[in-house]
Amino acid sequence: MVMTETAPAPRRAAVRDGLGVGLAVGISGLAFGAAAVTAGLSVAQACALSLLAFTGASQFALVGVIGGGGALVTGVLGAVLLGSRNALYGMRLADLLRVRGARRLLTAHLVIDETAAVATAQPDRASARTGFYVTAVTLLLNWNLTTLLGALGAARLGDPETIGLDVLGPAVFLALLWPRLTAGRTELRVAAAAAAIALVATPLLPPGVPVMLAAVAALIGAAR
Amino acid sequence: MNVWIAIAATALGCYALKLGGLVTPQRVLADPRVRRFTDLVPVALLTALVAVQALAHGKALELDGPRLAGLGAAVAALLLRAPFLVVLAVAAGTAALLRLVF
Repeated sequence: MVMTETAPAPRRAAVRDGLGVGLAVGISGLAFGAAAVTAGLSVAQACALSLLAFTGASQFALVGVIGGGGALVTGVLGAVLLGSRNALYGMRLADLLRVRGARRLLTAHLVIDETAAVATAQPDRASARTGFYVTAVTLLLNWNLTTLLGALGAARLGDPETIGLDVLGPAVFLALLWPRLTAGRTELRVAAAAAAIALVATPLLPPGVPVMLAAVAALIGAAR
Repeated sequence: MNVWIAIAATALGCYALKLGGLVTPQRVLADPRVRRFTDLVPVALLTALVAVQALAHGKALELDGPRLAGLGAAVAALLLRAPFLVVLAVAAGTAALLRLVF
């Protein structure tokens, strides 16, 4: 085996993380496609959302409001509000990715929970970049493909909870956060405060706002 | 509002936010306080997301036994240093098994 020809270990780990996350989270694309069509969107509309909005939580929020018969304006505002955390990820990723010009315009589309999670879990800038783009491309392909399949087969798709898919989302982020949670006391305190803030705010504020509000925990952690 | 317009507005709004963060000037991000904040943001937001996904359904807090057991199994797998996909399989498998049995 010629070791010198393979990528260094952190880069390989980043590729592995990216492929794993891209494939695992892409599965919820099935659930999104089914939810969108059940809510009354056409297959083309479900696919357009996955391609153009490309941020799962916002997409689920919009079709949730449409399905529930709510006003479209409310649905759009809620969806965009949910997307606001991507702006905060972008601030962190700006320094990690250092992209300019047209590449930056394309990269922006890929700034979401999963890509931010994989990129910030890597030990150095080169593997952070690798992790970001591998996750982004895998997820973009898988998310759009599974949205189409889910939308076409909405009627045949059973309850995703039966096979434990509702645990997949939180388990993915927990696994990616793990190295940072076990790395330092500040991180652990920020994480605990963030979870507490989000849970206390959940019954009081519209969905999506509690997670955004948890950024206050990072603000306190940074000020100390 | 037409559904297509709602889709376009959502896509545009979400893209603008993504780009907004990414174009933050380097000199703003170079400030040590800002740097510390942006470094901790993913930890805070993703933990909050895990907590909400695990314990909330819409605006209601709920304790779903199989889901929490699945996450507990994920933590155990992480403590045993299991690979990423094994952690996910253990988490989903535990929840699915419990729902099948009970």
